[in-house]
Amino acid sequence: MALRITPLFAFGSRRALRMIERNLLVYKHGWLMLFSGFFEPFFYLLSIGFGLGRLVGDVVGPGGQTIPYALFVAPALLAASSMNGAITESTFNFFFKLNYDKTFASILTTPMSPGDISLGELGWALIRGALYTIGFLVVMVLFGLARSPLILLTLPGALLIGFAFAAVGMAATSFMKTWQDFDLIQLVILPMFLFSGTFFPLDSLPEGLRIVVQLTPLYQGVDLLRGLTVGVIGPETVVHVAYLLVMGLVGLSIVSRRLDKLLLK
Amino acid sequence: MHDSLATEPTPAVEEALGASRPAARASAPPLISARGLTKRFDDFTAVDGIDFEVAPGEAFGFLGPNGAGKTSTMRMIGCTSPVSDGELRILDMDPRRQGPQIRSRLGVVPQQDTLDNELTVRENLLIYGRYFGLPREECARRADELLDFVQLADRGKDLVEPLSGGMKRRLTIARSLINEPSLMLLDEPTTGLDPQARHLLWDRLYRLKQRGVTLVLTTHYMDEAEQLCDRLVVMDKAKIVAEGSPQQLIQRYSTREVAEFRFLPGVQETLDGKLDGLASRIEKLPDRVLLYADDGEEVVMAARERGIHPEAVLVRRSTLEDVFLRLTGRSLVD
Ligand SMILES: Nc1ncnc2c1ncn2[C@@H]1O[C@H](COP(=O)(O)OP(=O)(O)O)[C@@H](O)[C@H]1O
Ligand SMILES: [Mg+2]
Repeated sequence: MALRITPLFAFGSRRALRMIERNLLVYKHGWLMLFSGFFEPFFYLLSIGFGLGRLVGDVVGPGGQTIPYALFVAPALLAASSMNGAITESTFNFFFKLNYDKTFASILTTPMSPGDISLGELGWALIRGALYTIGFLVVMVLFGLARSPLILLTLPGALLIGFAFAAVGMAATSFMKTWQDFDLIQLVILPMFLFSGTFFPLDSLPEGLRIVVQLTPLYQGVDLLRGLTVGVIGPETVVHVAYLLVMGLVGLSIVSRRLDKLLLK
Repeated sequence: MHDSLATEPTPAVEEALGASRPAARASAPPLISARGLTKRFDDFTAVDGIDFEVAPGEAFGFLGPNGAGKTSTMRMIGCTSPVSDGELRILDMDPRRQGPQIRSRLGVVPQQDTLDNELTVRENLLIYGRYFGLPREECARRADELLDFVQLADRGKDLVEPLSGGMKRRLTIARSLINEPSLMLLDEPTTGLDPQARHLLWDRLYRLKQRGVTLVLTTHYMDEAEQLCDRLVVMDKAKIVAEGSPQQLIQRYSTREVAEFRFLPGVQETLDGKLDGLASRIEKLPDRVLLYADDGEEVVMAARERGIHPEAVLVRRSTLEDVFLRLTGRSLVD
């Protein structure tokens, strides 16, 4: 691991903060845009958590306790939207910005490097993710879905999910040649979104499939946030955190090696 | 502004007379030096082993048609495109290892406008200064000064999109000056602008030059090269084909004057041989014949004596366009 982490320090610099500054300037002109990402998990929660939840009734949650379906699904929606936000930002948008957006071309003529820009954009995506998460947590509290003070830890938890997916998304993007290649990403993301214990407990799956699902990063995130929401933590919490952290760092180290070569033609 | 640069040598007087500047080159090390500089995209060679040097305070040009490799060269100098082969030193640094340090001292005006359309005119300058790590107050001070310099002070609060082409270009120049660069790279600074906007821009660039800012520019307009460049290289098909001051190039590759003969359609083809010997060189273009001589009027008279009566006659001085035609057999702008 040590070998892989070392290049991270050559990846970007404090100049990355200037990208965040730029985004703040942009959003000053239309700050309402900032909240667009809040609505996705919120609408899912209303329709699936409460709408569908009425039909489903109670389900078995972490630690074997029985919980309302809305409480079961809410942290999973938070995890999934952290993943979706990070993936959109780090694949499609990132590819477009660095290859076609003239703004980014002009930033590259300053001392800013592709690494600085990527790191800055990653940071900005995480800041936005934090805002959405806070908004979602407020909604959960208002709907009576807060059972444990540990729910506050879902904020760093959701950010960790965003970081892990964004880093791997950027790494994947650095191998992309055409727009068609991005369809592959959706091919991975969509089934993960539907089957990672997001909408139904894992025991409804056959044994073999269950193990596969448990290995997916989204399952790790979903289970992490779900445990924190209902206040059940244990060794698996540590495993989830470690999994996501390693995933993010490996992603970043790949990005740091490939970025300059790919973007400076 | 540019106080520190004002002390650098201003373009030498002998430059105006067409002499090269051995004095400046001997005393100060070159700001840019390239040996065998090469850029390849896969198998395609866009820049093929070119050599050149740019001295401090000089206005240096790359003149060449579309596709000659000018932008590829500029991007290598700007450290946004890796050198494929050869040696390149900029500001006495190595672009391979010191890209950010070099870029921090360059002012870059890319061929296409790359303004930040999500920000206002003034914000474009502010944030650009921040990319260079300047403190906010300094960015604000310079932004106001530069908006005055490019005559956009009254547009500061507007978004960039509605600006005219000339205004965007001026803003891009202002932006490139925010870090008080030692060296400016201008890739086709006036392509696509109307004559009035071009003259305004040339005036600003001329002022920068007088302050001692080193300018490196590309163009496919010979009048732009003649207006702005102390010295230039002519580029064609990835190679440098000639080097010198505009006057030197004209002296070396053309005559003092040119007589242009235009004939009624079909007549030019029937002339075969009748023009021979009238001028030191004759170029037949599809729409006219160019006769190169030191005295154009003399050629016109001699032609009349031979009974040749063109529909229209124009005697003019030779330009870089004629130099390019001589060197490559083609026109600069097609
Ligand atoms: N990124 C690139 N990939 C492949 N070919 C390129 C690329 N950039 C430029 N070229 C090619 O290199 C040649 C020189 O281009 P360029 O340097 O833009 O010329 P100029 O600026 O003189 O018009 C052209 O034939 C162009 O198509
Ligand atoms: Mg070009």
